[in-house]
Amino acid sequence: MSPYEEVILEHWRNPRNKGRLEAPDVDVVEANPLCGDVVRVQLKVRDGRVEDVRFDGRGCAISQAAASLLTEMIKGKPLCELKGWGDEVLLSALGGVIKTRLNCVLLPLRALRKGLSSR
Amino acid sequence: MIDVRAVRADFPILERKVDGKQLVYLDSGATSQKPRQVIEAVARFYQEHNANVHRGLYQLAAAATDLYEGARAKVARFIGAAPEEVVFTHGTTEALNLVAYSLGEARVKGGDEIVVTVMEHHANLIPWQVLARRKGAKLVPVGITPEGELDLAELADRVTGRAKVVAVTHVSNVLGTINPIPEIAELAHRVGAVLVVDAAQSVPHLPVDVRELGADLVAFSGHKMLGPTGIGVLWGRRELLEELPPFLTGGEMIREVWLERATWNEVPYKFEAGTPPIAQAIGLGVAVDYLSSLGMEEVRRHDLRLAARALEGLLARDYVSVYGPPAPEARGGVVAFNLRGVHPHDVATLLDQEGIAIRAGHHCAQPLHRLLDIPASCRASFYLYNTQEEVDAFLAALDRVWKVLG
Ligand SMILES: Cc1ncc(COP(=O)(O)O)c(C=O)c1O
Repeated sequence: MSPYEEVILEHWRNPRNKGRLEAPDVDVVEANPLCGDVVRVQLKVRDGRVEDVRFDGRGCAISQAAASLLTEMIKGKPLCELKGWGDEVLLSALGGVIKTRLNCVLLPLRALRKGLSSR
Repeated sequence: MIDVRAVRADFPILERKVDGKQLVYLDSGATSQKPRQVIEAVARFYQEHNANVHRGLYQLAAAATDLYEGARAKVARFIGAAPEEVVFTHGTTEALNLVAYSLGEARVKGGDEIVVTVMEHHANLIPWQVLARRKGAKLVPVGITPEGELDLAELADRVTGRAKVVAVTHVSNVLGTINPIPEIAELAHRVGAVLVVDAAQSVPHLPVDVRELGADLVAFSGHKMLGPTGIGVLWGRRELLEELPPFLTGGEMIREVWLERATWNEVPYKFEAGTPPIAQAIGLGVAVDYLSSLGMEEVRRHDLRLAARALEGLLARDYVSVYGPPAPEARGGVVAFNLRGVHPHDVATLLDQEGIAIRAGHHCAQPLHRLLDIPASCRASFYLYNTQEEVDAFLAALDRVWKVLG
């Protein structure tokens, strides 16, 4: 198995920040209807930064692991910085990705962007 | 018995590697690989005979026309039909759209019913949905039994005097189920309904004689039966084809044209507007030669052996759910399954890393997946170039996937 998968498998087996927040400031759901993947991202925002984050969802290992990794990456970060993140930030954290599965990887990032767009 | 080694030597792509691993191609249900004979026939046409058909007065055009019509005759013989009953289309999807449009115009009015099944590929569902909406007709779905067979009792109830069309797949591209078309034909004909059969998964894999089937219209694709993409077939009973109005209009399909009106060409040309896929039709003719030389009975036996081995292996693994009839004889060469709690896309990606190509998704059958209450499934499908060793490699790889993700 290729190396990037170790990251994915590790997050798939031990998801970080999985669950729900009480009274989140941001709460978004994004889905890939073609494959049935769903990711929900919730944020608690304080002084323009991500104070706390949770994700939840179902679907393939890649989408769920990417969501878990993303929550680790954004915790404590200022929203204005996150708004500038391109796809490559998440892709390189995963150590590359197979092009047939880009949609799965980017699902949580799409959810995050949707949640930030109104702020 | 098919000599798989000799067959494989005819398929250049089977020699290729994927990331250094030998390709194991288990997705012939989506599209089959092509033998050298077909690839060369297409190239030879462009190199030696290329011209438009039915138009030129020069020798090259006459030769191209002979090759094109020769392919029609081969396909006709292959399915037990007369050449004028064989309409070339671009594929099953176009053939079914043609049928839904033309049959709709000729036979379907507001309040009529169109009977379909929950196991249809979208290609044999959406054209009927569109027709129903256009004419104010009603779509009447028929379900399946828990074993994944068509519910024939329900079908018998649904096919009433209001039914003008019964549209059903011969072999399900997900469940693998072989539907008893002659029996369904009797039900349809008893009430005067037209039986339309999607044979995309049957003609490539089973001996099919359209007269024995008893259907009125039958559609299939060349690319799933060793032929090129972009060529398909609609077979129809001659009287019915003569009754139906054309679908696409323009050149070739006319007899005489005035500024305000036109008369139609005879069948099958009435349904072949514009320049047809000439090289592709010729390639399909060669594909049919290839299948005939092996014998469709033998092709079926080979598929069955592989599907039976795969089924047995899958059913023996407690982390696997298999969809469709458990008896291999009740199926074509496809097996759909899931690994408990694992998304099918992950299974396909991990198998791909070992060079094994299977399909994962909804296989253009979303209503069926909704009914099975799964977002998607994995599907392995077999053809005459697959080996028992490949089936075993696939099963062993599944165990490794389960170890990683289960
Ligand atoms: C049962 C069935 N019907 C219809 C089709 C559509 O065939 P095509 O895409 O060649 O038009 C397929 C192929 O995917 C199929 O498996």
